[in-house]
Amino acid sequence: MSKETTAKKPLEMILDNSSARMVALFVVVFIACSLLQGKNFLSPDNFLAMFRQFPEYGLLAIGIGMALIIGGIDLSAVYLANLSSIVAGLFVLRFYHGDGEGGTGIVLASFVVALLIGAIGGILNGVLISGLGIPAMLATLGTQSLFWGFGVVLTGGSTLSGFPKVLGNMINMKFGLFPITIVIFAAAAVITAIIVQKTKLGREMKMYGTNNRATVYSGLNNFKIVVCTHMFSGMLAALSGIIMWGRYSSAKADTGATYTMQAILIAVLGGVSPLGGSGSVTGIVLAVLIIQMLSSLLNMYTFIPNACRQIVWGGLLLVVMIVNYYLDQSKKKRH
Amino acid sequence: MSFKRLTKKTEFYVALILIVFCLIIQARSGQFFTPNNIVDLLRSLTIPMMFAVGEMMVLISGGVDCSFPAIASLSMYFVCTKLDGAFSNPIPYFLVAMALGLCMGAVNGFIVAKYKFPAMIVTLGASSLWIGVMQGILGSSEYPLTFPLYQLGEAKILTGTNPVTGFSSNLPVHFGFAVVLVLIGWFILNKTMLGRGIYAVGGDEVAAARAGFNVFGIRMFIFCFSGAMAGFIGVCRASMMMTVNPNNMIGMEMDVIAACVLGGVSLVGGKGSVIGAILGTALMTLVSNSLILLGIPTVWARVFTGLIIIVGTGVSAVQEKTRKNTLHVAVSDQ
Repeated sequence: MSKETTAKKPLEMILDNSSARMVALFVVVFIACSLLQGKNFLSPDNFLAMFRQFPEYGLLAIGIGMALIIGGIDLSAVYLANLSSIVAGLFVLRFYHGDGEGGTGIVLASFVVALLIGAIGGILNGVLISGLGIPAMLATLGTQSLFWGFGVVLTGGSTLSGFPKVLGNMINMKFGLFPITIVIFAAAAVITAIIVQKTKLGREMKMYGTNNRATVYSGLNNFKIVVCTHMFSGMLAALSGIIMWGRYSSAKADTGATYTMQAILIAVLGGVSPLGGSGSVTGIVLAVLIIQMLSSLLNMYTFIPNACRQIVWGGLLLVVMIVNYYLDQSKKKRH
Repeated sequence: MSFKRLTKKTEFYVALILIVFCLIIQARSGQFFTPNNIVDLLRSLTIPMMFAVGEMMVLISGGVDCSFPAIASLSMYFVCTKLDGAFSNPIPYFLVAMALGLCMGAVNGFIVAKYKFPAMIVTLGASSLWIGVMQGILGSSEYPLTFPLYQLGEAKILTGTNPVTGFSSNLPVHFGFAVVLVLIGWFILNKTMLGRGIYAVGGDEVAAARAGFNVFGIRMFIFCFSGAMAGFIGVCRASMMMTVNPNNMIGMEMDVIAACVLGGVSLVGGKGSVIGAILGTALMTLVSNSLILLGIPTVWARVFTGLIIIVGTGVSAVQEKTRKNTLHVAVSDQ
């Protein structure tokens, strides 16, 4: 009892609060990167490059994080992103007959098409999981194959290209100092944060993730919760697909295949419980930034092969889970 | 077993679908029941079937292992490149690969058993780790197969020749290894206390612990076994393909998991059988191998795999749901 009344040490307070833990980790990684590669890391060019890179997988991480919060998983997000951009790409190629100039209206309309495909794919995931009762892992594994397969069928297995210049210009546009992709990412993150942290749906998502039998008995509509979550996650995937499509001005069925693993790592690093029921968008966003800094740092050591990044991501995921476990244990002991 | 009880089993329906599918392919192409096609199918069934036995045991214990292709690739690539020409007999290659696989499986097992994290996320992380070690440190280029394993790859059980077209296919000895592994898996699950323990842990961990099973030990065993088998299968694959390709097994995990679940192995644990896993694998292999015989362009292969997974798991999920509901009604009627 006396222990509880005495003021907690600052370090304990930071370790007890998962958001504070993330901010502290962010600061530590930032300082470490600056010390190790100060000249390269702190240059404006590097920051611009980092800003360009993270929105595409950051959006996927937020989407997959939402699926984890309701106690499921989404293995299909990357392929849904690709399928959305392929369908949007075919839409542009079908209705655009210029020689590289113009076409703004069609490109904007195609973004809506992409979001629509994302929403439909997400709803399909939700219906399979909650309507039919297929475990999330298998349902999204099936749709992963399905989305990937449709992508291959629609493109004939090759890469779609020959889009109007305005597409690349639009996605690579700068908004003052920030690339437009950052603005898209920030807007999506804020909207998701409001949904998860402030709305009734967000509360229901966490309750469902904790115990989906209890939600039925308290009169909640489980089907609606799962379908809404996956629909939203699908739209985030489509947004990520649009960014990848615009960045490379091409669309392909299997772009970014390693992003699934990376996105799960980011979500877990960001404090989303792999068992479901808890997690915050702020944590995920901070984790995205941390991963991007580490990724850029690894890039600066040119002698490290690219594939070694996989070691870092996999190892980090396991270490973070174990560290979180011990922190939670010691927290439980103190209280 | 009476016929009525038989019809309640998932395995029965999978077998039924399998037979119907074979007949459809035969009717459409006339090429199905030819010796070389059957041998070809058995040949492509060899590796997935072995993986399915290991994965099925993990699934029955209530876990899931997504890392076995990574473990198989890394142990295979290590023994084939670093120990190239070190032995004149194929057996040491298998033993070293199995030992490496066992160690990697033990890492999975320890983390899952000690911390009770979701096995899927742990093994996904481990998978990324091992693939990174292989591609980043050992390199990821193709490599010529060492001689003893090459010789083993040339050994065959029988040759199937199509009397009309004259095409022939060989059934490698590895199919024999697969049959032995299947029998070992069946024996462990059905005839040993350990096997009962695996089912018990998958059904209800707490109850299993109360009943005196060593839950930690069983989980460790499962992942170690799966890892050691993955090492063995990796070397088998290289010797069957007669080349060392580090990347062509990656991504197989999902198809194998789906095949097990199609065959009635429960993803939440406690339920499943060797015969079901084999039937599920056979169905998946049949579908992806027979699209050409059916006249469907190969770009559709992935769509079909996806549909099979969704329809197959959907049917068993709906069955489970209705079963639960009837159970519920029966209880509330009393």
